[in-house]
Amino acid sequence: MTTIKLHINHTSYAINCNSSKTLLDILRDELRLTGTKRGCDIGACGTCTVLIDGKPKRACKISAAKLTELAEQHAHILTIEGLMDGKNLHPIQQAFIDCGAIQCGFCTPGMILSTKALLDKNPSPSTAQIKQALAGNLCRCTGYQQIIDAVHAAAKHMQPDS
Amino acid sequence: MPTHHYSRNDAYAKVTGRAQFADDLYIDNQCYADIIHAAYPSATIQSIDTSAALAMDNVLAVITADDVIGALQVGNLVNDHYIFAKENVYYIGDAIAMVIATTKLDARIAKEKVVITYTEKSAITTPHDAITTTAPAIHPHLKPDNTVAAYRIRHGDQNPIAIAHTELIEETFCTNYVEHAYMEPESCIAAPEGDGSITVYGGMQHPFSTRRIVANALNLPLAKVRIKQTTLGGGFGGRDDTISIICARAAIAASIVNRPVKLTYTREQSILESYKRHPFSMTYAASMDESGQIQGLSVDLLADAGPYTAVSPFVIWRPTVQCTGPYHIPNVHCNSKAMYTNNPFTGAFRGFGTPQQIFANESFMDICAEKTGLNPYEFRKKHFFTQDSITHTGQQLNNHQVSIHEVTKKTLSTIDWEHKFKSCSRGKPDKNGDFHGIGFSCSYRGVSLGAEGNDFCSAILHIQQDGSILLESGVSENGQGLQSTMIHICATELGIAHSDITFLPTDTSSVPDGGPTVASRGTIMGGNAVINACQQIKQIMHPVLCEQLGNNADNFFYKNGQISHPINKNTIPFSDAVQLCYSKCTYLHTLGTFHAPSVNWDTTNGQGNAYFTYVYACHACNVIVSKDTGKIQVTNAVATHDLGKIINPQMAIGQVFGGMVMGLGFAIKENLIVDQGYIKTLNFNTYRIPSSMDMPEMTAHFIESDDAAGPWGAKSLGEPTNELMGAAIANAVYYATGIRFTSLPMDRHTVKDALAQR
Repeated sequence: MTTIKLHINHTSYAINCNSSKTLLDILRDELRLTGTKRGCDIGACGTCTVLIDGKPKRACKISAAKLTELAEQHAHILTIEGLMDGKNLHPIQQAFIDCGAIQCGFCTPGMILSTKALLDKNPSPSTAQIKQALAGNLCRCTGYQQIIDAVHAAAKHMQPDS
Repeated sequence: MPTHHYSRNDAYAKVTGRAQFADDLYIDNQCYADIIHAAYPSATIQSIDTSAALAMDNVLAVITADDVIGALQVGNLVNDHYIFAKENVYYIGDAIAMVIATTKLDARIAKEKVVITYTEKSAITTPHDAITTTAPAIHPHLKPDNTVAAYRIRHGDQNPIAIAHTELIEETFCTNYVEHAYMEPESCIAAPEGDGSITVYGGMQHPFSTRRIVANALNLPLAKVRIKQTTLGGGFGGRDDTISIICARAAIAASIVNRPVKLTYTREQSILESYKRHPFSMTYAASMDESGQIQGLSVDLLADAGPYTAVSPFVIWRPTVQCTGPYHIPNVHCNSKAMYTNNPFTGAFRGFGTPQQIFANESFMDICAEKTGLNPYEFRKKHFFTQDSITHTGQQLNNHQVSIHEVTKKTLSTIDWEHKFKSCSRGKPDKNGDFHGIGFSCSYRGVSLGAEGNDFCSAILHIQQDGSILLESGVSENGQGLQSTMIHICATELGIAHSDITFLPTDTSSVPDGGPTVASRGTIMGGNAVINACQQIKQIMHPVLCEQLGNNADNFFYKNGQISHPINKNTIPFSDAVQLCYSKCTYLHTLGTFHAPSVNWDTTNGQGNAYFTYVYACHACNVIVSKDTGKIQVTNAVATHDLGKIINPQMAIGQVFGGMVMGLGFAIKENLIVDQGYIKTLNFNTYRIPSSMDMPEMTAHFIESDDAAGPWGAKSLGEPTNELMGAAIANAVYYATGIRFTSLPMDRHTVKDALAQR
């Protein structure tokens, strides 16, 4: 058991980390940041998507060894709990509500974070680019259309001149 | 009635990560259970040695069938499902034992130390094998011939397919297992309470059937078992039998170790144990007269139930009742059967037997059309139900708008079917090696449970002293937005803001059982119960309002947070009226109820008014089939549904798009491989559901009608959206490639092989 320091949602946490744990285990079972979901545990469904230095990663695939590396690099981990700006919803969160992009909600945190990674890199993506960016986030309820609508709406709202 | 856009009550929680699914709950002192599943699909258990596991630190108990003090066998219709296997293993998802430890990891390690010895037996792995007279009986005392259920319909001539004027047309269709693939794997926590009762937190479609099963397993009265529904990560019919049994196991564990016990499944455990959509084998045979009119139809349906009854009898009853599709055919025979096997057990899945049957039925309609020389639309128009038509169960369709013509016309004109049908590739690929095709399918569907059983629902409306409202319902949220629908109905009836209403998640100790959230009955049953609760509130307030605003009013107007007198226009804010009632010692607390209109059924010949009303739909799509890869790309899809009345347009569209893409998965992508009773595709890397890359461009249209049975005329939508894509795509693929696929899924390997073999 080693102690590592992780920067999650702009807060520093000292974590006791044993070799069998993944980032997903730590987020959910130790920090109780349960907005990051466990849907498959093999990196195939995207419900555990978090952003590590802005890039979408599957928390279930981040091993303890990798976490130690990330701690050394002072990497920043963003989960759905860290997305709001104070009491205000992030424009992506608002767009998901406005466009009816939510049904059961289990894929929603991962979808929103994959969307953030896309829009931070590409502020006005095409529908094809959105589909590509969300291809690793499975949703069984919506058929994806209203999620794609939400990404377009968020992109529009996040334009500097809007 | 207002149909404006409003946000879901759970949207904020779901976009912020605050929505609590069962595995997100942690109770002080909770420990963890893990399940050991069977090693063989059919076997006798010789011994279970738990000593090494029990010797481990942090292991609290290892539980087997011998530790169950109440009923060991439970079920929705027949108590044939073992909570833990006793002597025999009936399928690969049977639970043999359960380990309880203080950490998840210890539970997982301890599982490996439990030694189970078996004698393997030969497994029955097809319903065709199960039906033979020499097949061994899976449950000899219950059903010596392995038949779970059988239905028949006899309508018109004794031998409908012998009255042919032209050659008999016959085809057999098959469908595979489909996994619900709700994104949230099964999870629950059971907590023993100080008064000897037990509380179980979990996500399920019918908390009351869970309560009954938990109570039976623990030998407790219903009032001592409390199920509190957590946010449910998708249902689609799949959150009933299995999750109820999982909750029963957690409750058994909690009562034995006297601590809260969490039981959360991995995806592999979920796919291994949970029930699937039934594989169907379906033979359609028709005789037509010279004018191309089907005079007689014979339908045989055979379903694989797996080793447990679950709700299989109902799942084969619905497609039996709807076996003709929305067409008037004077002479019909239908026989349907579900058989016990040692395959994964099967149960409710969005559509409830109809995605399979409609795939067969609507592919068959195109086959028949081609024989007559008519195009598939002209051929269907000759047969469509019209107002007051009589179905093959003898039911006259006279109490609602029969809209199959309208929905089909709308879909086909939107997708430009007439024009595109003429330019299909018909086996001749373009210069890129692609085949282009268009297809459609039509359906009608009985609303709610029909003659399956009692159909009634409850809602509790409790207005607080300041005018804010607590609303509860006996039907549960599945993720589709049912709570928001009922909030909207309540807000509109009482003329108040949505934000004034707080919806309480289902708690079986608080609200009376409203029946399961299945059969697309949530809105019609729950919505009507809410309206009834509002009407009772208005009756209670009436004398107080008469005193305050003036007599001689039959009904007061409730609008914009105000209540006004219809004649003198005197007005009082809703919240003031509420306070006035409380000042006069009048409680504003009502139990709304709704009883579905009556239905009737004669099992001898399968005749009767099976459902109290029906909905109609048509889906169409364009496909491109690659000659090189066999991949079918659905490029564009259009749906039109008569849903009675739209309550929330955005959520209605979401149901349609979600249903279409799920239907697309069933048709061309999802392939649950079951080999000799073993499931080979246990996670999303091998069981591939549609992703954003698979979705077509989609359009949803609605046709509204005022159905007397529905809240404001609303009927059903969830399942009707998920039953049409199989045939629509298969028909499109036929006009593209010239190959008629009679089995689903039409995955790329199957299509590639078929193209190569031409």
